[in-house]
Amino acid sequence: MATTTTTVPSAGPVAGSRSFLSRLIEGDEIARLITFLFAASVVLITLLLVFELWQGSALARHKFGLNFFFTRVWDPIFDQFGALPFIYGTLVTSVVALAIAVPLGIGAAIFLAELAPQKISDTLQFFIDLLAAVPSVIYGLLGVFVVIPLMRQYLQPALKSTSGFLPLFQGPAYGVGFLTAGIVLAIMVIPYIISVSREILLAVPRDQREAALALGATRWESTWKVVVPFARGGIMGSIFLALARALGETMAVTMVIGNTPTISASLFSPGYSIAAVIANEFTEATGDLYLQSLIELGLVLFLLTFILNGVARLLIVATSQKGGGTGHA
Amino acid sequence: MLTMTGVCAVVAVSVLFLILGYLVYHGGTSISWSFFTKLPTPVGETGGGMANAIVGSAKLLLLASLFGVPIGFFGAIYLAEFSGGAIAFVVRYAADLLNGVPSIVIGIFAYSLVVLPFKHFSTLAGGFALGLMMIPITLRSTEEFLRAVPSTLREGAMALGASKSRTIATVIVPAAYRGILTAILLAFARVAGETAPLLFTAFGNRFWSPGWNQPTAALPEMIYRYAIAPYDDWHRQAWAAGLVLLGLILVVNIVARGILARGIAVPRS
Repeated sequence: MATTTTTVPSAGPVAGSRSFLSRLIEGDEIARLITFLFAASVVLITLLLVFELWQGSALARHKFGLNFFFTRVWDPIFDQFGALPFIYGTLVTSVVALAIAVPLGIGAAIFLAELAPQKISDTLQFFIDLLAAVPSVIYGLLGVFVVIPLMRQYLQPALKSTSGFLPLFQGPAYGVGFLTAGIVLAIMVIPYIISVSREILLAVPRDQREAALALGATRWESTWKVVVPFARGGIMGSIFLALARALGETMAVTMVIGNTPTISASLFSPGYSIAAVIANEFTEATGDLYLQSLIELGLVLFLLTFILNGVARLLIVATSQKGGGTGHA
Repeated sequence: MLTMTGVCAVVAVSVLFLILGYLVYHGGTSISWSFFTKLPTPVGETGGGMANAIVGSAKLLLLASLFGVPIGFFGAIYLAEFSGGAIAFVVRYAADLLNGVPSIVIGIFAYSLVVLPFKHFSTLAGGFALGLMMIPITLRSTEEFLRAVPSTLREGAMALGASKSRTIATVIVPAAYRGILTAILLAFARVAGETAPLLFTAFGNRFWSPGWNQPTAALPEMIYRYAIAPYDDWHRQAWAAGLVLLGLILVVNIVARGILARGIAVPRS
């Protein structure tokens, strides 16, 4: 792209005035170069980040290999590091979070996009945007002082007495644990599901709705049987985005999960997550292998979110283009 | 079913008001003048404040903005005005990737890049980590707003004989400035509450942090440490700090959206 020519090419001095030299003097080439350097630095930084994570975990990767992911022992004293309890905790809390957030979030998105009058929808979306801006440490603060006592005194005993025959809801009610972390995560990711799904639903072409209504469908039938299936891919994308957020979420989870590396079928049990163990132990890690094992956990987290975000973006873009609208990831 | 979806929406939104309610109730009763002016007291002594954390946060955010905003802004100009095709694709892809990186991983990166060479937890490292997170947000939204400037403006300026760089500086950026300002403010609000990347970069400090190469306290980091500590007095301080932090973030968010909505120069794409 040598030039984006806007002048009429002609012979003589006029064309000469747009030569490389004059563009240099006018500043165009300098501006292009400077802005290019800034843009290129973004790529460099990203590459450097991947490189540092890879390089920084070399010792742990070589020593433990794939066993890193299947070992339960996390023992800094004997230099034995296995990530299984953290991976388990991360996955369980994220699954609990999605189980709560997906129905609520999609329900709310359908209401905002399809059923609510424009004005109400916009106002509610404004609040949802604000909710998405609440930092995770604030969720953690409320988790510690509001959700944990509620869980311990009311929700966990209630679950135990009604569905205590399930292995999921057995054991002492500490308040902290997988279930509490999952609930706090659910509250945190709902705004993302709502915002993205709403945009996807709004991008569904009008004729789809009108055709359904013309065939005698009720408003709910047209929404549920025509509009939502049309937007299915993009809604899946919003769920993947939420999952990526949940996996990488650190502060709120660290404050309510209990920070004990356990693998237990019970959701009441205290646990640990990848992000939480990095947050708690990184500054205390004595010895290279300890630190490098933590960095490898960071690498795992990076790769997981990288894949999920990539898939999500593809789904969202594909769905928006299907409707001829413009959505963005 | 129609009502059910409405209930979902109301439940989702009511969380915001629950959060605000709790923070105002607990934080409002704990906040005092000394919260803004005093240092933390030793354990066991009541009173004291978080003046060092407030100044620390301000310094961190200043550094972050100085680092993140120019890269995002000029990078976006390159994407929107100078480039097309492969390079732009790679830059956008890298920015989206960076945007999705969990904040704790950003912390690890800043640790190995800044803390290890300087052998110090520092304001510098914390500011670097937060600045990194501002880059993709600023870059992607600024690019969108630049692209939304009608091409007739561009052509008009060029028809008058303005060079490309002059067109950008005097026509395109001014036309999109509301959007760009909004993007920067939102990026600022986003990193103002970040805690995870600060844990092993800025680290925290119970005293003033002179200069830029010392560990420093920051508001979100203090909320975390105080909330999980076993002292009632610290809990009260954590609530107060939470109220101040959330207040700041929500105000910046509302102002940013207000700027965009008022006398819209560029349609939001």
